[in-house]
Amino acid sequence: MAGFDMPRATRRDFLAGAGGLVIAVALPLRSRAQNANAAPFEPNAFIRVGDDNVVTVLIKHIEFGQGPWTGLATLVADEMDADWDQVRAEHAPSNPQLYINSAFGIQGTGGSTAMATSYDIMRKAGAAARAMIVSAAAKAWDAPAAEIVVEKGVLSHAGSGKSATFGELAEAAAQETAPENPVLKTPDQFVYIGKEGASKLDTGMKSTGEAKFSLDVYRENMATAVVAHPEIFGATASSFDDSAVRAIPGVIDVKQIGSGVAVYGENTYAALKGRKALSIEWDLSGAETRSSEDIAEECIAAVKEIGAVANSAGAVEDAFSNAETILQAEYVFPYLAHAPMEPLDGVIERRADGGVEVWMGSQLQTGDHNVLAQGCGLEMGQVSLNTMLAGGSFGRRAQPTSHFAAELAEAFMALGGERPVKLMWTREDDIRGGYYRPLTAHRLRGGVDADGNIVAWDQTIAAQSFLAGSAFEGLIQNGIDATMVEGAREIPYAVPNFRVSAHIVNNPVSTLWWRSVGHTHTGYAVETFIDELLEAAGKDPVEGRLAMMGEAHSRLAATLRKAASMADWQASRPAGRALGVASVESFGSYVTQVAEVSMQRDMPRVHKVWCAVDCGIAVNPEVVKAQMEGGIGYGLSAILFNELELEEGGAVRQSNFHDYRSLKLSEMPEVEVAIIASEEAPTGVGEPGTPPIGPAVANAMRRLTGKAVRRPPFIRSLTA
Amino acid sequence: MAITLNVNGEDRQVEADEETPLLWVLRDNLRLTGTKFGCGIAQCGACTVHVNGQPRRSCVTPVGSLEGQEVTTIEGVSGPSADAVREAWARFDTPQCGYCQSGQVMTAAALLDRNPKPSADDVNNAFEGNICRCATYARIRRAVADAAEKLEG
Repeated sequence: MAGFDMPRATRRDFLAGAGGLVIAVALPLRSRAQNANAAPFEPNAFIRVGDDNVVTVLIKHIEFGQGPWTGLATLVADEMDADWDQVRAEHAPSNPQLYINSAFGIQGTGGSTAMATSYDIMRKAGAAARAMIVSAAAKAWDAPAAEIVVEKGVLSHAGSGKSATFGELAEAAAQETAPENPVLKTPDQFVYIGKEGASKLDTGMKSTGEAKFSLDVYRENMATAVVAHPEIFGATASSFDDSAVRAIPGVIDVKQIGSGVAVYGENTYAALKGRKALSIEWDLSGAETRSSEDIAEECIAAVKEIGAVANSAGAVEDAFSNAETILQAEYVFPYLAHAPMEPLDGVIERRADGGVEVWMGSQLQTGDHNVLAQGCGLEMGQVSLNTMLAGGSFGRRAQPTSHFAAELAEAFMALGGERPVKLMWTREDDIRGGYYRPLTAHRLRGGVDADGNIVAWDQTIAAQSFLAGSAFEGLIQNGIDATMVEGAREIPYAVPNFRVSAHIVNNPVSTLWWRSVGHTHTGYAVETFIDELLEAAGKDPVEGRLAMMGEAHSRLAATLRKAASMADWQASRPAGRALGVASVESFGSYVTQVAEVSMQRDMPRVHKVWCAVDCGIAVNPEVVKAQMEGGIGYGLSAILFNELELEEGGAVRQSNFHDYRSLKLSEMPEVEVAIIASEEAPTGVGEPGTPPIGPAVANAMRRLTGKAVRRPPFIRSLTA
Repeated sequence: MAITLNVNGEDRQVEADEETPLLWVLRDNLRLTGTKFGCGIAQCGACTVHVNGQPRRSCVTPVGSLEGQEVTTIEGVSGPSADAVREAWARFDTPQCGYCQSGQVMTAAALLDRNPKPSADDVNNAFEGNICRCATYARIRRAVADAAEKLEG
C-alpha cells in the first residue's frame, strides 16, 4: 500500500507537542482573507459575529458524530453569554499555526482529546469576544463596562436604558483590542455548560439530507475514480488489461498508481462498472500470504515468552511459587475493520492560481495537508484543505501515513492534474483494505494466596505496531508501543507482584487505532481475567473490585458503585439472566458498565446496560450520554460478530456488511447512563464508552454458561 | 437512454444506462445528495428512498425499472409522519455522524405512514435493514415511539 511519511520537521514537532503547546487565543486572522463568509467582528481564530447577529464558532476538530461542533460551541456561547439560537458551528480551515491540537502538536482529532484540549482555549476565546463587545458598548453608551449586563446575546445598561445585540455592536467591537487574559466564569455562572439547553447544532441538517459530506461534493467536469486495490496485503500490480474497461460508456481513463489501478468515470456507475472489468496481474513477492490463523499462532507463540517489560513491581515468579491457586489464560483478539458508514472519499480540484482545493473528512489535517501538497508538487500554502463532516471514523480517518490523501493526490495527478477528481472507496475497499485493529494475543497468569488475596499478575501481549514507521513513532519506547499496552501497563487493582510485557510482531497487513485503541483488547483481557480471579478467591465481582481499587482509583470506584447500585447488583434476576460488570479507565475518563444477559441459541442477548461515567465536567450531558450509548453499541457489535479473517493465501474472507455484520436496532440493549457529578476539567467521551461492554457481557455469559470466551467474537463459538 | 421518473413530485428526464442504480442517478444526475451510499448491496439502508410510498434500497434498484414511478427522497419527503419523525429526531438529538440518518428517517416515515401505532417488534422489523455504526438505535427507538404518540395526538 502506498504511503508517505511525515517530513522530519513535522515529526519532531509531533514529539515536542506531547508536552502540550500553548495557543494564543488573540491571534488575528489575516489568513482568513480567502473566506467568503468574512464577518465584521472576528475577535480571534474561533469566532465570527456577523451583522446578522449570527455567532459562528470555528471548530478545529472534525465532527463525525462525537459532538465537537456542539461541545466546543457550547464553551464559546457560555462565556460570551450568547443565545443558543444564534450560534452556528463550522469546521475551521486546515492551519496548524492557528488550530493545533496541543496533545498532538498538529491539527487533528483523536484520543478523545477535543474537549479536554479545547476547554480553556474555547472559553478564553468566548470570554475575550464578550469583553470586546462589552467594551464597545461602554464607549458607545458612555457607560462603565462593569454596569453592562449581557444575557442571551443582548447587552443592556440599566442606567441609560440602552440595549443592543451582538450583531448591532459587531462593527464597533472589531475596533477593540482583545484582552490577553479575559476573565472566565466560575462554574456557578455557567448557563450552558453542564446543562441541557445546548441542543446539538447538527441535528437539523442531519435529519433533512442537507448535511454535506465529502461524497456530496460535486464540481464542474468532475471525474469519479475508484481504485482496484490488491486483494492480498503487500501485493503490487505488475500488469493489467484495460481493454474491456475502455469499451464501457462513460469510462474516461485507467491509470496505474501506487496503491493499485485507478479507473475514472464520467459518473460513479461507469467507474464502478469499469473497475469490475479490469484484469490485473499481481506481484506477490512482498505479500503476506499467510492466513490470519497463522498470524494468530505466531502471536500466541510469542506470548509464551516474557517480552519487553512495560511495568513491573515486586517479585512475580516468587509470588507464583507461593500462590495457592494459579489461573492462566490465553486470549486472541481478531483483526477488526472500523466500517464507518461513509467509506473513505474526497474531492480535489485545481484552482485558477495553480494551487489545489481539497474536500475530505480529514482527521489529522496537518499530515493530510502536507501529503496532499507533496503529492501535487506544491507547497502547503498552495493547498486549501476543507474538513468535511464525515460519516463516522472510529479511528479510520486518523491516518499517520495519510494514505488516503496520498491516493487522492496521486489519482488526481495521474489523470493530468487539471480535471477535478472525486476518489471514493466502496464498502468492499473498506472491509478488505486493511488499516485494521491489529490481531492481538494476550497471556495472563494470576496467583491467589491461601487467604484469598490476588498476589501475582503477569500479562504478556503480542501484536503488530501501527505506530512503527509513522509520525507517531515516538510513542514507542524501549520496544514498547504505548498503544498496545495501555490499559494493561497499569491496572486499577492493587496487586503486589505485577509484570506486563509485550512483543511487537511484523507483517504487511496494515493496522490502525480502532475506537479506544489498546483498551479494546486490554480492557477485555484485564476485566474478564480479574473476574475469574475474584471468583477463584471467593469474592463478589463488585465488592472484590472495589476492595482492590482502594483510594488510588476512587473515581473509577465511584462509577462502579453507581452502576452497581443502578443495576441493583445484589438483587436476584429473572430465570436465565445474569449480570456482568466491567470498569475501565481510558483517555482520562472512567466508565463502569453492568450488563444483563441471557443466552439464546448459544449467543448472548443483552437486555440492558447500566453505565456510569466520570468525564469531569460534562459540558453537554446529552452528548455524553449519547456517546456512552454509541460506544456500547459499537463495542457490542464487534464483540458479538466481528472478525476479519485472512484465508490461506492471504485474501480477506469478509467483504461487506453481509459477512461483516453490524449490530441492528433489534439487538441494541436498553441503556441507562448516569454521569458522576464532577468539577474536574472535562475529559473525552468518544472512546471510553466502548471498552467495558465486551468484558461486562463476557462476565455475565460466564456466570450463565460456566465458560470463559477468550477468543471473541462470541459468534465464533457457534461455528468453531 | 432517456428515462422519465417522478422525483419528489416532479417529472425528471435523465440520461443513463438503464442498469444504473437509482442511487447514482439521484446523486450524480439530479444532485439529490441526501440519499447516501453505504454498501451497494442493500445491506445497510443508507440509500433508502420511497418508491410509490414504499421504502426501497436505491443502491440495487435499476433506474430502468422505474419509468413513470414515483420516487421520494429525503429532500422531498413530507406529510404528517415525516414531520413527526423529524421533530422527534430533534427532540432526542438522534443523529451522531448523521450519514445513515436520511435512510433512518425514510424508514421511520414509511413505517408510521402504514402503521401509526407500531409495536416494539414492528419497529425492530422495519429497521432490520438500516445499520447505524454510531449505534444511535436507542434514540431512534425513542424517537419513533415519540413520533407515533404525537401523531395519535
